[in-house]
Amino acid sequence: MSAQDDILDQETPQGFRQRFADFRENRPHLFLLAVMVLVPLFFMNPVTWLSLTISGLAMGLMLFIMASGMTLTFGLMGVLNLGHGAFISLGAFAGATVVVFWMGGHAGSGTLGMTLIALLAAFIFAMAVAGSLGLLFERFVIRPVYGDHLKQILVTVGGAIIIMEMIHVIWGPNEIPVPRPDLLRGAMILDDTVPLIGGVAVETYRLAAVLLGLAVYAAMVWVIERTKAGILIRAGVENTEMVEVLGYRIKLLFLGVFVAGSALAGLGGAMWSMYQEIITAHMGETLMISVIVVIILGGLGSIKGCFYGAILVGLINLYIGYLAPTFAAIATVGLMVGILMWRPQGLIPVIKV
Amino acid sequence: MLNAILSGDYPRSRVLTAVLLVILICLALGPFLFPSTRAFTTLGMICIFIVVVASYDVMLGYTHIVSFAHTMFFGIGAYAVAMVIASMGSSFGAIGLGVLAAVLAATALALLLGLLSLRVKAIFFALVTLAVAFAFMTLVNQLYTVTGGEDGLRVRVPREIGPAFRLIENDLYGFSITTFLGGLFTQPWNLGEVIRESVYSVRVTGRVVMYYVCFFFGLTMFLLMLRMMNSPFGRVLQAIRENEFRAEALGYKTVYYRTATVVLAAVLTALAGVLFALFNRYVNPENTLDFELMVFILLMCVIGGMGTMYGAVVGAALFLLAENYLQDLLAVLGGYVEGVPLVSGLVGPERWLLWFGVLFVLSVYFFPKGIVGQLRLWADERRRRAAGGDEDQSDRLQQGATQPAEQPKG
Repeated sequence: MSAQDDILDQETPQGFRQRFADFRENRPHLFLLAVMVLVPLFFMNPVTWLSLTISGLAMGLMLFIMASGMTLTFGLMGVLNLGHGAFISLGAFAGATVVVFWMGGHAGSGTLGMTLIALLAAFIFAMAVAGSLGLLFERFVIRPVYGDHLKQILVTVGGAIIIMEMIHVIWGPNEIPVPRPDLLRGAMILDDTVPLIGGVAVETYRLAAVLLGLAVYAAMVWVIERTKAGILIRAGVENTEMVEVLGYRIKLLFLGVFVAGSALAGLGGAMWSMYQEIITAHMGETLMISVIVVIILGGLGSIKGCFYGAILVGLINLYIGYLAPTFAAIATVGLMVGILMWRPQGLIPVIKV
Repeated sequence: MLNAILSGDYPRSRVLTAVLLVILICLALGPFLFPSTRAFTTLGMICIFIVVVASYDVMLGYTHIVSFAHTMFFGIGAYAVAMVIASMGSSFGAIGLGVLAAVLAATALALLLGLLSLRVKAIFFALVTLAVAFAFMTLVNQLYTVTGGEDGLRVRVPREIGPAFRLIENDLYGFSITTFLGGLFTQPWNLGEVIRESVYSVRVTGRVVMYYVCFFFGLTMFLLMLRMMNSPFGRVLQAIRENEFRAEALGYKTVYYRTATVVLAAVLTALAGVLFALFNRYVNPENTLDFELMVFILLMCVIGGMGTMYGAVVGAALFLLAENYLQDLLAVLGGYVEGVPLVSGLVGPERWLLWFGVLFVLSVYFFPKGIVGQLRLWADERRRRAAGGDEDQSDRLQQGATQPAEQPKG
């Protein structure tokens, strides 16, 4: 809102410096992304830079898939679900069950069709398990404490403990190795003759993750921009009461968003399990930190902000992880603190926070 | 006298008074009532964690600030003293310097977090502290040259508070409650024999001295916080909790009060961390900084009763007892259902946290004021029934002034 007013108030920017300042203030996500991508170029050679950038994109897009559900639940109903990490873990374990135990033969066969079937089955199973648990979670854990932030935080932390312990009960306390399907192992190497970036090696799985992540983002944008449900979601984020007054059952809508968000967390977890190739019940807890940074960066409740926030976090993790491995985790949090100083509401704030 | 010590904030329930007295006696006479080392450690931890949980309650229960960085400050205290001792050698001067460093670092970081929380909404504070605490833990893990990484640091305490030191040459006598009670139930006809068996000798080593340092620290800090929460300062905090906008409108700079609360809680926890390092003599990320520990503190605070202070005592005692002894109980239960596929997985000794999680969620729904709040509620009802009529009204008014209202804060 205020951003639009600013545009209206201002005259058309004159000169380079003014236009630059304009760009920085009105499109902070693109500005930061450009800075983030370009600055590391000075510290490393282009080949490393390109492979790091693609890896960072892969990580960022997986983070986006995990975080989008959480940011939407907050935007729509002001529910802060700190148990979101448990759904990530659950999705990872459900996906791993399919890939490792049920369809291990398919995944290891090396043919394209079989691998796709196994992966698809794993992702769908992960989404189904996490989504149906999300249904129960919303109904029995979160619904009684609508509108009370403190109780939401407490209850969802408690719920996460229970889910994590149940994972221990069902899958045992040990970590489980999750080998990638044969087809997605190894790396693609660009031909040496290409100038500047010749010889760059990109892991196949990361490339696949980037493609899948972009597909999910595109699908999500389509749902939110073009469908009736999307219009209701956007309206609900803007003004919940008004949507209710107009006769829509906001609770049902919220239930749908929560289930979809949980399912996406499960999908993200399943993708992450094959990215790390090992899973523990506590992986969700660790990932929650990145997820939280992402949704704060983007501005709570904003899908677009979440997308850019996730990519920024993914990129800084990889760049700093390469330049100074000790400080990778600090860099993520440092990025968050820095951006909060600059823009307390996040990159693309939603009006209602 | 008692009024001054408790700052006029009585337990207000007979059951609660009894429970608190039992806890106080057990802690005060700890080494002379329980002969096992495990009990000794558990009691010492209860003394320390009463301060940790009570200071968390100042934030969570009295001001409704949700912080996930409490273990970070605890760890700062523990690591400060451990690192100073590691580099300077063990002396009381080193401990003093460690305390100073801990207090300064905790204050600085808490101020920084407070500054961030001034700029963002209250709900952000929970998320920001979660992220910052995690980054801190990772940093401690990574900088293993100074912090020992995941292996942690062994704290060489000065001889006077170590196990080799003898404060009194002669042994003292202790009376084992556990042996006595056990004997009382199994062979009550043999009372004299049971009593004779219960008596054991206690060597007053430096460990016992350290235990009493922890005990008196816990007691004074608890009473100090009780005093603060019943002072005008504490009233303002409660006003902020009930209606921040109104408190601001009344002319209180809520931002300053919130920051002061965060700093106060941070410093007290850091001091508790110092004592933890000296009592436990071993510091690593898992026992001081882990997110799980943070959740435990949250559980202790909520199950005991938020915004009651006494809840911290009850919660810490109950939780630490459960952590150490509930596993034994579950192991016994697990013995009965061995072989039943899913059930045996649910009651194994390592599943105690599952049951505590369930208890926690249920207590948030059904006893939102925790054990202490619920006991007081029952006591009030009983009192009202006994008095009846007009006193009912005045009683409720008085309650309204001191007890948190149950208004959800959106």
